[in-house]
This record gives sequence, C-alpha cells and structure tokens, in this order.
Amino acid sequence: MELNSAIPSGPIEKKWDKHRFEMKLVNPANKRKYHVIVVGSGLAGGAAAATMAELGYNVSCFCYQDSPRRAHSIAAQGGINAAKNYQNDGDSVYRLFYDTVKGGDFRAREANVYRLAEVSANIIDQCVAQGVPFAREYGGLLANRSFGGALVSRTFYARGQTGQQLLIGAYQALQRQVGAGKVKMYSRHEMLDVVVIDGKARGIVVRDMVTGKISSHAADAVCLATGGYGNVFFLSTNAKGCNVTAIWRAYLKGAAFGNPCYTQIHPTCIPVSGDHQSKLTLMSESLRNDGRIWVPKQAGDTRPPHQIPEDERDYYLERKYPSYGNLAPRDISSRSAKEACDAGRGVGPGGKGVYLDFADAIKRLGEDAVREKYSNLFEMYERITDENPYKVPMRIYPAVHYTMGGLWVDYNLMSTIPGLHVLGEANFSDHGANRLGASALMQGLADGYFIIPYTIGHYLASNKLDKVGTDHAEFKKVEAEVAERTNKLLSIRGKRTVDSFHRELGKIMWEYCGMARNKAGLEKALELIPALREEYWQNVNVLGGGDELNQSLEKAGRVADFLELGELMSRDALVREESCGGHFREEYQTEEGEALRDDERFCHVAAWAYKGKDQTPERLVEPLAFENVHLQQRSYK
Amino acid sequence: MSSGNGKTLNLTLEVWRQKGPKDPGKFVTYDAHGISTDMSFLEMLDVVNERLNEKGEEPIAFDHDCREGICGMCGLVINGRPHGPRGATTTCQLHMRSFKDGDTITIEPWRATAFPVLRDLVVDRSAFDRIIASGGFISVSTGNAQDANAIPVPKEAAELAMDAAACIGCGACVAACPNASAMLFVAAKVSHLGLLPQGQPERESRVTKMVAKMDAEGFGSCTNHRECEAACPKEIPVQFIARMNRDYLKASIFAGRREARAGDSA
Ligand SMILES: Cc1cc2nc3c(=O)[nH]c(=O)nc-3n(C[C@H](O)[C@H](O)[C@H](O)COP(=O)(O)OP(=O)(O)OC[C@H]3O[C@@H](n4cnc5c(N)ncnc54)[C@H](O)[C@@H]3O)c2cc1C
Ligand code: FES
Repeated sequence: MELNSAIPSGPIEKKWDKHRFEMKLVNPANKRKYHVIVVGSGLAGGAAAATMAELGYNVSCFCYQDSPRRAHSIAAQGGINAAKNYQNDGDSVYRLFYDTVKGGDFRAREANVYRLAEVSANIIDQCVAQGVPFAREYGGLLANRSFGGALVSRTFYARGQTGQQLLIGAYQALQRQVGAGKVKMYSRHEMLDVVVIDGKARGIVVRDMVTGKISSHAADAVCLATGGYGNVFFLSTNAKGCNVTAIWRAYLKGAAFGNPCYTQIHPTCIPVSGDHQSKLTLMSESLRNDGRIWVPKQAGDTRPPHQIPEDERDYYLERKYPSYGNLAPRDISSRSAKEACDAGRGVGPGGKGVYLDFADAIKRLGEDAVREKYSNLFEMYERITDENPYKVPMRIYPAVHYTMGGLWVDYNLMSTIPGLHVLGEANFSDHGANRLGASALMQGLADGYFIIPYTIGHYLASNKLDKVGTDHAEFKKVEAEVAERTNKLLSIRGKRTVDSFHRELGKIMWEYCGMARNKAGLEKALELIPALREEYWQNVNVLGGGDELNQSLEKAGRVADFLELGELMSRDALVREESCGGHFREEYQTEEGEALRDDERFCHVAAWAYKGKDQTPERLVEPLAFENVHLQQRSYK
Repeated sequence: MSSGNGKTLNLTLEVWRQKGPKDPGKFVTYDAHGISTDMSFLEMLDVVNERLNEKGEEPIAFDHDCREGICGMCGLVINGRPHGPRGATTTCQLHMRSFKDGDTITIEPWRATAFPVLRDLVVDRSAFDRIIASGGFISVSTGNAQDANAIPVPKEAAELAMDAAACIGCGACVAACPNASAMLFVAAKVSHLGLLPQGQPERESRVTKMVAKMDAEGFGSCTNHRECEAACPKEIPVQFIARMNRDYLKASIFAGRREARAGDSA
C-alpha cells in the first residue's frame, strides 16, 4: 500500500483554489443519481450531509444517539477559531496557519492546515447566517476571546455552549434536508462494518439499536464522521457512547490508521472523585483567559487555599512561560500539572489536582462580569463538586480529551480505501501531534461544509461506479460476519461485566500510554492488552438477546474494538522514539523537561496498515515537508 | 479516593421495567446500598446495573450520552419529577448528595403519547426531530452567507436568542405537562430564530408549520400550568410561549389576508 497525499502543486496560498478549479464536477442534473452515506451527525457529519443534500446528492445519515442533535460536538464549550481579524490585532490566514502548524509540533501536513485557516472565515459567516447566537459586543458585532497557543483573539463563542450552538445550526440545516426528502436519517443505528467491493467502499452494515435488526446500505461513496476514540481510556471527557468501531472496522478492511498514539490530555478537567467515576468533565480552556493556575510552593502543604499567602504560591505556568502564561498550549499545561503533582505539590484528595483561581479576575472585573462569561461552567462545577468557585478556587486535573490520530486521509479527505472519506475528529489530518483549543470545531465544520462537498464530486465524477445493490454477495457476507460476532459476544456468558474490562483497559492505557510514556511501559502494555483481550473473549458476560434494545451488547462491541485499538496505539507510541506535542516519551526531553523532537528520524506521519489477524501491522510513512513554517523547537516562553 | 465527605447511602429503588413497546411494564424494587454521595444519579444506576449483571439479571436500560447536561439524551422521572428534585439540573448532573440515607426513590420514563416507551426508561422522542424538520431552521444553503459582521445583532437580542437556543431537546417539558404539550420546546426554537434578524424572512411560515406539526404528532395543548418551566433543566421561561402565541396569531391573520388577496386576483 502506498500513501499518496495528493497535495496540489504550487504555492501554499494557491493550492486549494487551483485544486477546486482542477477537480472534476458532477453535472447538476446527475447529482441526484448518486447516493452518499454519511456516518455521524456531529459537526463534521451533520454539515457534510446537509451540504451534499443541498447540492443535490441523495444522502443517508446515521448516528447512534436518538437524534442527530446529540452528537458529542454538542459538548464543546469554549469556542471556534477563525482568521477574521475582527479585533484588528494582527490576525490573518497565515497567522492561524502558522499557529496551528507550530501548535501541532510540526507533525501536521502544511497544505491541509493552510486550507483549514483559509476556509475558517467562511464558517463563521455560514453559522451566523443560520442563526447561531454568537456572543456580541454592545455595538452588535461579534465578540472574541483568546485560547491557548495564540497571542491574538480569534475565538468566537456562544457563552460556554459553542459546540451546542454550532451543532444545532448544522442539525437544523440537516433537518431541513430531511424535511425536503434529500437526507434519510437513521438515528439509533450503529455502523458495524464497511463493505468494500472491487476495491471501493460501497456501503455499510448497521444494527438497528431498537430492534436489533442487522441491515445493509449501499452507496456510491461513504463518509465516516464518527468522532474521536478517547474512550479507549475509559475515563475521558467524551460522551459515554463515543467509540472507535466505525473507523476500526474500516482499518480492518484496509484503511490505514494515522498516528494512533497522538492523544490530547486536556489540562483543565474536574478531578476524579472515586472508583465509581464514569466520565470526566471538562472545564473549558476559555477559563484560562481569567483564571490563574497555581499550586503551593511547598510539597505536602495541606492548608486550605485562602490560608496560603501569595508568596507561598507557585503560578507555575506564568513562571515557566512568561509570554503565554496560563494560555500555554494544552500538552505543555497538562504536563506541567502532572509534574507539580508528581512533586507532591498537588492539591485536593490524593494530591491529584491544581488550583484554577478566579479571585484576581473577580477583583479586577467584578463578580458579575465573571458570571456573564462563565456562569454555566461555574454552575456545572458546583453541581459536580459541591464547591462554589466564586469563593474557592476550582480544582482541576488533566484528562483525556481528544484524539489527533485517526484514519489517514489524503488532501481530498479520502482514506486508503477509494471512496471511503473520513471527516472531523475521526481523521488524522490537521492537528499534528497536538491540537490547539477551538480548532476541532473549526476543522469539523471546514471538512463538512467546505471541503468534502467539493472533493466528493471529484471522486464521483472521476470513477466509473457500477450499480451495486445490497443483494450483492459481499453485503450478505459482511452481514453474516456482523451477526456472527454479535452472537459470539452474547454466547460467552462469562463472569465479568463489559465495564470491568473497559476500566481495566483504561487503567493500562492511562498508566503506560497516557501523559508520559516510556519504552518499558509501552512494552508492558503490549503484553497486558492482548492478554486482557484474550480473557475478554472467554469471560465477558453480556446478557439479553441480539434482537432487542440491548445496551450491554452495544458496549460489548465497542469495548472489543478498543481492546484491539489500545494495542495499536501502544505500538505506535513505542516506535515513535521522540517526543512531540501530546506524545511525550520520557526518554526524549530537553534539560528543561520540554518535548524533544527528532526531525531526522520522525518528521513524518505514521500510518498503520492491517495485515491480518495476529500479524504485525505494517508501518507506512508519509514524509512531512515544512516549506513555509520552518522546523524549530516550539517555544512559548 | 473521594473528594467529598465520603458519605454513603443505602437506598431502595422502585424502577419501571418494560421489555418492549408492547409490554405492559411494571415497577420492580431494587436495593442500592453503599452509594457514595459523590456519585451522579446515573453512576448510581451504573452501580446497580453492574450488580444486576453480576447476578445474571438484565441491566436497566436508560438513555444517556454526554453526562454533562448538554446533549439532552438523559431523562428520568425521579420521585415524580422530570430530572429529579434539583432545579436547573439534568438527570446526569444530579448528584446523590441530593438524597438521604434510607430514601426510597421511584424512577420512571418520560410519559407522553408522543414519546412511546421503547424499553425500561428509554423513550422515542423522534417527534421533536420531525417538528424541527417541518420548519425549525433558517433556509440558507452552504456558501450563501455574507460576511458575518454585515448583520449587526443587538446584544440584547443575541442574548435573548441564546436563552431560547439553550434548549437541549430533552423533553422534560413534555413529561412535566399534564397535557403532554410540547409548547415550550417549540416556542424555544421559534423564539431563538424569530429574535434574530436572519430569522425574519421565514418567521411566519416557520411558526405556522411547526405548530401544525406539533399538533399532528399528538402533543397536547397548553393550558398554562407552567410545569414545563419548572422542569426545564435549562430554565427556559414560559415567556417564550407567549411570544410564540403572538407570532402565531400574527401569522394566521396574515395568512388569512394572503388567502383573501389570492382570491381577489383569481
Ligand atoms: C467536552 C468537550 C469540549 C470540547 N470543546 C471544544 C471547543 O471548545 N472547541 C473546539 O474546537 N473543540 C472542542 N472539543 C472537540 C470537538 O468538540 C470535537 O473534536 C468535535 O466536535 C468532533 O466532531 P465530529 O463531528 O468529528 O464528531 P462527533 O460530534 O463526536 O460526532 C460523531 C458522530 O458519529 C456518530 N457515530 C459514532 N460512531 C458511530 C457508529 N459506530 N455508528 C453510527 N454512528 C456513529 C455519533 O452518533 C455522532 O453523530 C471539545 C470536546 C469535548 C469532548
Ligand atoms: S446525558 Fe447528556 S444531558 Fe444528560
């Protein structure tokens, strides 16, 4: 298998324009003859399905929730970046491009990132036209805030519910097409496999989560926009249902998996409160605009925060990174928090926390101004912890949040399976080894509204696609495989619950493939995970039947795939003998403890190709060239 | 490891169990002992389910996803109140410190003709999607938009629109209403879009279509009980219903006139 990134030639500012001109178009009258499947209804999938339907394609869209409006994009709090330069503070497409390449620690593809920055401004226009109620200034114009890794104010937001409002915009556009009969929506349907015929993706097999019926859907092209796989860690800021199944099944069918080990640990989440913990809650990064992060200078200082005098506090981000301060990028902030806690200076139960303190902001701006900006986040914090952050500093700790890795795609967002496109968090493309805050919403909507609608036309117009129906033998075969796997899970009737395996896997991943990694630990993970997987298939207990609403069965299928993914992530992390962005290998760090890249050996994307059960997958390489932003060690000092 | 006061509760649960849409369903009593006050309500159910699973009994089915009070997927009637005792709080954000040791807690699904039970505590709320599909949007295709700052929106209008847009579509308003009316849900969408300049061109047709669809889906009518407002986890006020009623009235008057005019020219 070869990786052809299909990056257009020419100067970076001209590539997308040129490519748009060179791509083949589908005759408008013919668009209705094509059928496209979109799996996922988040920002990426919802935007893609709506836009392709507007263009005239017939679209089927699938999601596992009871409504497309509930995709996990809904939970994004802080905001969305766009190079509008409305604040006149020196922002530009080039600066957003530059910040994103640098923020990603030089492990993203320049051409994709530039295009992302280019279309960012259109996204805001589109969302406002749809009625997204972004925050405004008194003059009626749009307001902005700052996010980590940037010195300009380019983040647009709708209180602390930006993802919700953007998703509702996309959802309304989608429902408009549902009403018009151009999109057929399948909620409570889980995709369990993709169907490849004559080397091209021609459909999917799904399970109706209410009746349990397994069925096939055929199409001319398939788009996966199924989100991130952070739940491999069990505890993460993702929704409980977030999973890797769709892209994992595609990987097993031949789609290469890019940079699986690149995971983002978000610095500001509410700490774990006990063994019952089922998920972790993010406190938006936007809080770092006004909150100051600190720990006591003295290890083991257990005084309550207000009794610790100013000069006995260590505002460690401000100290170590004076120019970015509390807005240092996520990977750096998370690692600094871990360091402080490892040194015994953590606060709260078990010493697994640092303070995020608003006392200064309240003094400076007044409690009302702080309330206006962050009230819903403060309320959420209080509901969970029973502490009032207007009075006592928040306690926060890093948690798994986002996966930069995902299916490898070319410039057209197509995976290594022709016809199989991957959008949003599910692909690996734009964030390199670390994503900057407020850039995932931007990427999801860029992919969905402004990129796939063009590139899909090019694919359809340049390929001869014979009619295939779901009566094709390959569909029958895949349906039978899916049914067999389901029956297998239901027939084990062992002694352990699905959750107990998932928690155990999560602990292994967090311990050995989490915030800091090393060779011995990763090797250990590579022993533990296959053993756990082995036990799973002997000893898991999934009750109930296949032909009914069965939430244990749903979880069981997802955890089975996580048990395979965890191994690939560890393998990828082991081979990448450098530190970059969110991938921190303890053996490779500077004297000051910063990530130490090895551009000689690792200035590339690693994409893994499946080689069959019990075979070691093949590591393919896409070299990365930095022609515009020159390779340098990241500095936020 | 616990951040709170480390208290535990011993509780009795009365849970609605129903195999499928056609099964009559019944309450079943479960013991929930050793529940930490730091757990969320759904984490308490997770614990109960793990124990059931270990005993070989099928776990209780309930909807949930984000567990942060934003996706609108969760929704249980707890001791007779949608989303339970705490105001402005979804089921997933409710914590066990709101209960006392020895309490008996009844847990039921949303009950409304338009929301049939699928299994146990899981209901079908797809009627909401159909209402949005009937007109709950601004008809602007991708690529049509002008520069975002070309349409200034007064801050107050944007804030009020945001208050309405905060609806998470959970359906607690319907579950709380004695008539199982969806007025608050529909009014929130009508107001969100109707308050913004971008939403004006379709303001009348939107409210007309959405109300017609709401009626067709079998939701009841509003008789001003205001239970919806009290149950809404996002505190969406009933003033939006009054606003929608005004829009609806205006739309019907204009629709009448338009028909008359069409009659004249015919
Ligand atoms: C708590 C939180 C806060 C965040 N805040 C921000 C922020 O402020 N700014 C920012 O830029 N980013 C933020 N992010 C990141 C960002 O929200 C996500 O990366 C982005 O929304 C992902 O969008 P998506 O469309 O790719 O996937 P999702 O929104 O996750 O959608 C996935 C879709 O796929 C469907 N699906 C998944 N698997 C299957 C299957 N097997 N079968 C059928 N359907 C399936 C789901 O039903 C869903 O519809 C945040 C993330 C989290 C978790
Ligand atoms: S689970 Fe999302 S709102 Fe409760």
